[in-house]
Amino acid sequence: MNTQPAPVVTTTRLEADKLSARFPALLVHAERLAASVVSGVHGRRRAGPGEDFWQFRPAIDGDNWRNIDWRRSGRGDAPYIRQQEWQSAQSVYLWIDRAASMDYAGDKNRESKSYLAHLFGLAVAILLGRGGERVGLIEDPDPPRIGQQQVDRITAQLAARGPLQDYGIPASRNFAKGSRALFLSDFLGDWEVISSRIRQAADQGVAGALVMILDPTEESFPFDGRTEFRSMSGTVRFETLRAKGLREAYLGRLTERKSALEELCRNVGWHQRLVHTDDSALDVLTWIFHALERRR
Amino acid sequence: MPGLGAIGFLSPFLLLGLLLLPLLWWLLRATPPAAIRRLFPAVVLLLGLKDPETTPHKTPWWLLMLRMLAISALILGFAGPILNPDQAKISRNPLLILRDGGWASAPDWRQRQEKVTALLEEAARLGRPVALVNLADVNALPDSLAFQAGTTLIASSKGDLPQPHRADYSIANDWAKTLLDDQFDTIWLSDGLAADAKAELAETLSGKGNVSIIEAARPTLALRPAEFRDGTVIVTVLRDRLLDPLDLTVSAYGPDPAGIERRLAEMPVEFAPEAMTAEITFDLPSELRNRITRFSVDTIRSAGAQSLGDDRLKRRKVVLLGDGPQQEGQALVSPLHFLRKALAPNAELIEAPLNESLLANPDVIVLADVAGLVPAEAALLLDWVEAGGMLLRFAGPNLAAASVGVSADDPLLPVRLRSGGRSVGGAMSWGAPKKLDPFVAASPFYGLEIPADVEVTAQVIAEPGPLLAERTIAALQDGTPLVTQKEQGDGRVVLVHVSANAEWSTLPLSGLFVQMLDRLAVSTSAATPDNGDLAGQLWQPIWQLSGFGEMVPADHLLAIPGEQLSGLMANPKLPPGLYQNADRQVAVNVIGAETVLARAEWPDSIQVLDMSPPVEQPLKAYLLALGLLFLMLDILATLFLSGRLTGPRSGLAASLAVAVLLVAPEVRADDTRAQTATSETVLAFVITGDSRVDRASEAGLYGLSRVLTERTAIEPIDPIGVDLERDELAFYPLIYWPISEEQPVPSAAAYQKLNTYIRNGGMILFDTRDANIGRFGSATPNGNHLRRLAAGLDVPALEPVPSDHVLTRSFYLLQDFPGRHSRGQLWVEAAPKDAERIEGVPFRNLNDGVSPILIGGNDWAAAWALSREGRYLYPVGRSGFAGQRQREIAYRFGVNLVMYVLTGNYKSDQVHVPALLERLGQ
Repeated sequence: MNTQPAPVVTTTRLEADKLSARFPALLVHAERLAASVVSGVHGRRRAGPGEDFWQFRPAIDGDNWRNIDWRRSGRGDAPYIRQQEWQSAQSVYLWIDRAASMDYAGDKNRESKSYLAHLFGLAVAILLGRGGERVGLIEDPDPPRIGQQQVDRITAQLAARGPLQDYGIPASRNFAKGSRALFLSDFLGDWEVISSRIRQAADQGVAGALVMILDPTEESFPFDGRTEFRSMSGTVRFETLRAKGLREAYLGRLTERKSALEELCRNVGWHQRLVHTDDSALDVLTWIFHALERRR
Repeated sequence: MPGLGAIGFLSPFLLLGLLLLPLLWWLLRATPPAAIRRLFPAVVLLLGLKDPETTPHKTPWWLLMLRMLAISALILGFAGPILNPDQAKISRNPLLILRDGGWASAPDWRQRQEKVTALLEEAARLGRPVALVNLADVNALPDSLAFQAGTTLIASSKGDLPQPHRADYSIANDWAKTLLDDQFDTIWLSDGLAADAKAELAETLSGKGNVSIIEAARPTLALRPAEFRDGTVIVTVLRDRLLDPLDLTVSAYGPDPAGIERRLAEMPVEFAPEAMTAEITFDLPSELRNRITRFSVDTIRSAGAQSLGDDRLKRRKVVLLGDGPQQEGQALVSPLHFLRKALAPNAELIEAPLNESLLANPDVIVLADVAGLVPAEAALLLDWVEAGGMLLRFAGPNLAAASVGVSADDPLLPVRLRSGGRSVGGAMSWGAPKKLDPFVAASPFYGLEIPADVEVTAQVIAEPGPLLAERTIAALQDGTPLVTQKEQGDGRVVLVHVSANAEWSTLPLSGLFVQMLDRLAVSTSAATPDNGDLAGQLWQPIWQLSGFGEMVPADHLLAIPGEQLSGLMANPKLPPGLYQNADRQVAVNVIGAETVLARAEWPDSIQVLDMSPPVEQPLKAYLLALGLLFLMLDILATLFLSGRLTGPRSGLAASLAVAVLLVAPEVRADDTRAQTATSETVLAFVITGDSRVDRASEAGLYGLSRVLTERTAIEPIDPIGVDLERDELAFYPLIYWPISEEQPVPSAAAYQKLNTYIRNGGMILFDTRDANIGRFGSATPNGNHLRRLAAGLDVPALEPVPSDHVLTRSFYLLQDFPGRHSRGQLWVEAAPKDAERIEGVPFRNLNDGVSPILIGGNDWAAAWALSREGRYLYPVGRSGFAGQRQREIAYRFGVNLVMYVLTGNYKSDQVHVPALLERLGQ
């Protein structure tokens, strides 16, 4: 029963290089995924600049006479102005948890949680970028931007890895009102801080989706025997003489965390989903996309 | 040493280590296995949890058992267990090894020798002083035992041989009683047969220490001397215990007419269920019977299993000559009558004219009162006598009246005679009939008792002379000789100065006559000669029987006086064998006619062991190996338990475990060579051992390979040197073999490989490198060496290359095949005789296949030799253009040759004819 404060831990450049070396493959994967999902710009349900028809309204003084829709006006007496729906690019903030705990993969044949998080994050970024939305990473000090360039910038930011912590916490920042957020993490970090950050974001009017990525071994806890469990960087250690005996308690705690997450999301009105690393990536991406689109 | 039944321990105190096992058990149970480290990010969720049970995870019981077993096996192994330990290792007293070295030990002598050596080695290992005594060697029984280290006795014990007699145990017993040494153990390698005083000897020795007796389990067999009864020869076989013997046969051996000993007859042996003896009857024709020298039980090598045959088995062939025309009623007066009566029971009589009777190869010819012989007959008779026959002549009126041997020495008479003879004690003479003088020691009749009624009334007189005394073997009381004899060549002539009938003396009427004939070896008696028969003579041993039953010539030994032969049984002073005196032979055998074999019986207090006890088997190695195996299993089990064998990090652990248990196979460099040789074309040369020649071959073939690559579709890789003894030849289409005198003649296995290679389509190019200066194969040293090397090869008939051979046109059109020299001749396989030239075709269809052998002397390798940089290594021909031209032709020959090898005879096909005709300008 050992517990220690979690200091900031640096990883070696080699490991960072290893991960960034996988980025081209990751990008390709993400592009493929993205290609299989159809996207579109979002209507904002009000009149404004856009392409889709919104409504006809009688013209009032001050309107430009070029905007009058003569066909509609011909049907009636007064001049009407055709209004389009205000379609504006949405801002989507991405938080991809790049802490050390995400590097865990229970089986060498499975991808790590980090890989999946990056995968989904990049796929979403590509899709949104193609769809004309504004995307940006949560830790990027600049506001989200539109365009392929921004996707490239996101990729570059993801590739450059800085000092790592053991468990990730979403950064706090000022969100644009009405924007969306996508948090991809295992949410094993300090629950208080995580939940307070999420509430902060919700207070600022962000509607988001949380995806909890877990490895199947973290779900099933198949360990036995005398074991010393360590966190990915080795700072947190826990020794047990008989791992099997802890299984019940561990699963209980895991369920606690999951239900806490669910409750939080219910409270703030966000979507959340639990994903395992062996789930179908396309399924998850589709869900994410719908979750981000659900509010118009 | 202490042991449990059949297992003993060398260092039993190590077994105390087994007491530690329960402690180990408790320790292992108490200590939980080592913790596995896992990286698990959800460990934060575990923080604060307590283990539900306080008892630690225990090592599974089967793992504990495995570890216990491993350690027990190791402890037991180090304690040095031995299966079937030798109990006699207990004491450290001095050891006396007694051997019964008699003939009864001979059949398994080698085993006994090995046993003695083993005992000596063991005693040496334990540091016991040893003494080795052979009981049959009565002279060698020492006064006090000299104990020595075992190793010094091993060498001397190996030279021991079994004696042809058995030991005398009473003497040995007396000797044992007088020994001063007190405390020693005895190991007695007994021959298993009973004898007097054997048990007493054992008792005496057991008073001095431990006695153990080692006997063999096999029965002892022996042969009694052969008897001659009713015309058949009877041999008795003895055995010492009632065991079922194996298929035994008794064989009779004797010399064949050429003198080589052969088996004359063979009979199987069958014992009645409870009998200790079996009689075997040999029913043989007398020719064979007379030739028998010995009987032996087959496959048993001992003197007791042999019995020598002597005169008792023989019947002589006696020719009686001397009768005039026979008349009824005068039988009693006939000179041969008494002879017939005397000889008939014991000899074969032949009464035929001399010429015919000589053809029957008689042993003795008796001439009774035969005076004159035709010169031809006399010559025949003399030849026969000189070849080893005995001529016995009786005097008579004819002899007395004739003047034979009077004036001159007759070769067929032992002495010169006075004419006339004399008569004494007759009606018309003075004096009383003469009696016989007792026989002197030197006479063959010595010891015969002279009956009182033997008188001589008339006789022929011998001329006194210097030799008379020594030629007289019987004399009358007044000193006149009665029987004289002389040696003639290999035989002898004996003259009895009285007649063979009763007219001149009463000798033929008496029993002395028969005995004298016996003594003269004219007849043989089937009875065992007794003392009287043997005494007074000197008997020369001709053959001796060794302990193994082998007949050893003994001519060089001293003759033995007849008294010592009494009993005719072998003893330490009288070795068994065949003894001869004049023409009589007497055999001394190991077994007498009354001998009985029985098993030795020992007192109960003495331990009797078998000769070959079960072999000691040290178990240490097996137990240690078992312990090691258990430990390896323990490794696997631990890995399994900690999840490393099948878990995420299993790869390294599993592979290590496998590597520990298995042995990596050796990498064979030959395989890579074989692979390159078979996947590419390679020209090969034979490594001769002469480095200069080898370098030249390699460079030559390299140059040829380069030329081939440039000019043709063949692209060989670098040439390979082939060691005939080691390398496989089948990969190479062409083998270039330069002859160098330094190369030894290959072994038979290498020749086999070469012949297989040739038969299966390979080609060897022999190059004597000397341009055949002395005309092929004759005078040059390389040519001679080529002959020696090619002697083991299956070389077909060869001929010089004909001008229409495929070689001349297989790539280039060539007429000659120069190398560094240009004068030498190239020889290929001879064309079949019926190869004809077909009309319109400029060549004959010669061989269907490719010539397997090419022989030449032009040193092609030197002409082809090219260094890696492209320099020619050896000068060819004259300098300048002519030399270049010659080199070019040499290369062309090489190309032709390789083309020929690889493509065979395709240029002989009709298809090429038009093109060839065109090229040839026809």
